[in-house]
Amino acid sequence: MSDAHTAVLRAEGLVKTHRGEGAPAHAVRGVDLCVRRGEFVAVTGPSGAGKSTLLHLLGGLQRPDSGSIWLDGERTDAYSEARWAVERRRRIGIVFQFFNLVSNLSVADNVELPALLAGVPAKRARAERAELLAELGLAGKERSMPGELSGGEQQRVALARALVNRPPLLLADEPAGSLDSKGTREVMRLLSRFHQRGQTILLVTHDARLASAADRVISFFDGRIADDVELDGAPSPGAGVPAVLELRD
Amino acid sequence: MRLPLLALLARGPAHGYELKQDLEQLLGAAYPQPNIGQIYVTLGRLEKSGLIEGEEVEQSSRPNKKIYRLTAAGQEALSAWYEETSDEPRVRDEFFMKLALAPQTGLADQIVLINRQRRHYLNTMRNLSKLATADHRDNRIAQLLIEGAMLHLQADLDWLERCQEELEKPE
Repeated sequence: MSDAHTAVLRAEGLVKTHRGEGAPAHAVRGVDLCVRRGEFVAVTGPSGAGKSTLLHLLGGLQRPDSGSIWLDGERTDAYSEARWAVERRRRIGIVFQFFNLVSNLSVADNVELPALLAGVPAKRARAERAELLAELGLAGKERSMPGELSGGEQQRVALARALVNRPPLLLADEPAGSLDSKGTREVMRLLSRFHQRGQTILLVTHDARLASAADRVISFFDGRIADDVELDGAPSPGAGVPAVLELRD
Repeated sequence: MRLPLLALLARGPAHGYELKQDLEQLLGAAYPQPNIGQIYVTLGRLEKSGLIEGEEVEQSSRPNKKIYRLTAAGQEALSAWYEETSDEPRVRDEFFMKLALAPQTGLADQIVLINRQRRHYLNTMRNLSKLATADHRDNRIAQLLIEGAMLHLQADLDWLERCQEELEKPE
């Protein structure tokens, strides 16, 4: 099968320039990208490289100046805002750096809301929510309000919300960006676990530790893809892990 | 290896194989363990320099084993070790020299070098994160060792990123 058939997400010639005050900022300058079903892809690069803009384009949160995006082989050029909003419930789950939970809704309601909006019967929405929260170690927190939770817990709620409709694609924008080292490890572990069960993930991060959980890493510089590499985890030539771990006298 | 062995002996006398086991238990399988030969050689040297002393113990049906204990001089060397701060980790100067000298050799493109080095680091990082999630989750010391290695590697990757940002700019 060709890439075009197995691609959950495909982009061609994406360009986005931010025009505010001052000089125009060329955030994305001609990006071709293909994410196959079941892949876990990380996009890394320095801040300001345009990687978050790229994710926003791929999730329909911003529109490209030019270029095209296909979801499951379907061209999205003509999608309206309303249609994108539907797709973000059905086919794309998104988690953000600052969780973006609805602060005056309980944890349970935050997770169930996208399911209900997508027309899922209330009983099934509850069941899905319960299963995900248990899986993410949040059983018992259903009635808590987001503000009562730690950052790591809030991000897990956001992950549950993003996955409640079982979207084929999960987009994650710096999901550990506001978490400490322990929270980062937790996010890493959870993303890996969902990936192992077949979840397709596109992760944007400046954190190389987080990126190394992916099986493909794209280096993004100055609005362009500078490198695109499959991590096979094979022992690399040279000294590798043992030498890195070796304590010296 | 010398000072860690002295530190292990601070708790009480032990023979070479016990020391190897203690080290394994403390640091986990992730840490590349010194082989038993290295340990015996180091113990021999420590004895020669008077930091430990050994006593042969007879064993029925096996060769004698040697039990080592710290001497007063060894105790002092160990205290001194704990008194001093350790050196900073060294920046990888070999890659830096390659990168710095590349333009005048005409043999390699700097950006290609950076990309290749990044791939290498990322694969090692992936192996480290696998180690961290594998069987050492209950060993705190081993976890901290792996996490330290990952943070160092992350700093190296961040530095590669800076090199790339800087070197892609026209002078």
